[in-house]
Amino acid sequence: MTLEVSSVSTLGNRLLPISALFLLIVISAAVIGPWLSSYTVSGLEAARLLEPPSATHWMGTDGLGRDLLIRVLYGARVSLTVGLGTAAIALIIGTTYGLIAGFKGGNWDHAMMRIVDLFYGLPDMLIFILLSLVFGRNIGGLLIALGLVSWVRFARIARGQVLQAKEFLFVESAYALGASRRRILSRHVLPNIVGPILVTLTFSIPSAMLAESTLSFIGIGINDPYSAWGTSWGTLVQDGYRAMRSYPHVIAFPAAAIFFTILSLNILGNRLRDIFDPRQR
Amino acid sequence: MTSLLLKRLIHGVIVLWAVATLTFILLRLAPGGPFDSERKLPPEIIANLEAKYHLNEPVLEQYIRYLAGLARGDLGPSYKYLDRGVTEIIADTLPTSALLGILAVLFAVSVSFSLGLFAAYYRESVIDRLSLFVSTLGISLPNFILGALLIWTVALQLGWLQAGRWDDWSSVILPMVTLGAAPAAYLSALLRSSLIESLNEDFVRTARAKGAREQAVIAKHALRNSLIPILTVMGPLIAALLTGSFVVEYVFAIPGMGRFFITAVTDRDYPLIMGVTLVYTTILVGANLAVDLLYGWVDPRIRAE
Repeated sequence: MTLEVSSVSTLGNRLLPISALFLLIVISAAVIGPWLSSYTVSGLEAARLLEPPSATHWMGTDGLGRDLLIRVLYGARVSLTVGLGTAAIALIIGTTYGLIAGFKGGNWDHAMMRIVDLFYGLPDMLIFILLSLVFGRNIGGLLIALGLVSWVRFARIARGQVLQAKEFLFVESAYALGASRRRILSRHVLPNIVGPILVTLTFSIPSAMLAESTLSFIGIGINDPYSAWGTSWGTLVQDGYRAMRSYPHVIAFPAAAIFFTILSLNILGNRLRDIFDPRQR
Repeated sequence: MTSLLLKRLIHGVIVLWAVATLTFILLRLAPGGPFDSERKLPPEIIANLEAKYHLNEPVLEQYIRYLAGLARGDLGPSYKYLDRGVTEIIADTLPTSALLGILAVLFAVSVSFSLGLFAAYYRESVIDRLSLFVSTLGISLPNFILGALLIWTVALQLGWLQAGRWDDWSSVILPMVTLGAAPAAYLSALLRSSLIESLNEDFVRTARAKGAREQAVIAKHALRNSLIPILTVMGPLIAALLTGSFVVEYVFAIPGMGRFFITAVTDRDYPLIMGVTLVYTTILVGANLAVDLLYGWVDPRIRAE
């Protein structure tokens, strides 16, 4: 389950260009940033522990004397991979499942949707934690676990759209004219579900990021302090949290990175929903 | 009504059984056992431990043993806490989590109703837009960051409250706000749009025609008809609060069930993980049942069905 706010907030709309720009910067910084930096993700400098931001270390250093900027950049790679990867997995599994359930109808539909209901009713984080015990605390395991949690939203939407499309007169006439199922699916149903699916996709990216960073924060997410793939934003916030009293910069940068990325994606999602689903206004 | 209740209860038991079974299977599939420690134990000791917890029996037998225990309200032994069973641990820690959860719900409901009513009254104005934006901010701020931010400003910088304690009423405030903030943001936006939709209905026009003031129209006529969407999200919202609570309990070092759950995950204390999962599921099933009953109270048309 995700909490989404439907809004036609003009303030939110005004912030849309800034959000898009911010996301663009985060993505390009994540991709090329680590190459430009002269520091490495686990390079220790024993003489420079917990230094505040300076010209040499733009975000300061952490408790082991590691450059915080490079760690935040690698954290961006992890967060973006988790967000986009989960969304892609959930999109493929969920949409296929929902389309099949909607098309088969009857008992098939009923049985398939009971499984969706079970997943939907339980807290995401709970399922996610249980699954991550099975699939391991590395990025691959995390992607599978998160994908298995998020697919139900796509399944529900895809099925709903198919059921709705079946009622449309133009679909009925296509049937009457002898169009094949494949043709009806690709020509009449898919164009109708693109909008709602795109909106769900946009919202599932920040919620996957949120889940991953939360788990990493409480110490049961990605868990390898010395590999680049272990440097999640959530882990960085956790590191900073322990030093927060005297060295707030260690928590401030990764926390701001999480918050502004999720906020930008939510603003983007709200705008897309306003475009594709005017009824929600 | 009674038959509906009965049907729902049976449905709830089936959900619990399904969750128990799925969790059981998942945890058997999980690599690594509860007795893998840094220090390698001699095989004889591991064999003894496994015999003690019946882990050497066939899986099906273990499963039946677990279900039989469940029926008696016995959630089994904890692998980590040798002196207490899972049922005892949960009985000790659930009241703390429940208190935090109930306070957070009260906080979320009171804040969102004030904000939602306010925004609907001043709809399309600057106040309304600002409150919508605050809602978007609220749902984008992860609760662990909000918690840290509150501790840093209110406890460390201003020194108004102390963090990391759980002994008097003032130690409840920051965790309650942290846990309730996102639901408050979400509910207020939902209530606002639901209220504005209700305001376009005929009965509102009638009330206005009869000379009712705008405040009365919103608070009396529109509000009651806006409660259905709010009720619908209460189930998922309580689910979010439940899992939110283990993050908040972790941040504020509150000795509740959620914190034990996290430790159980780290320790691979499987019976405790299953126990907490089942308690969460029971609470959810109960909350959804309560929501179903409340539907009938809010909307008599549903009661008639």
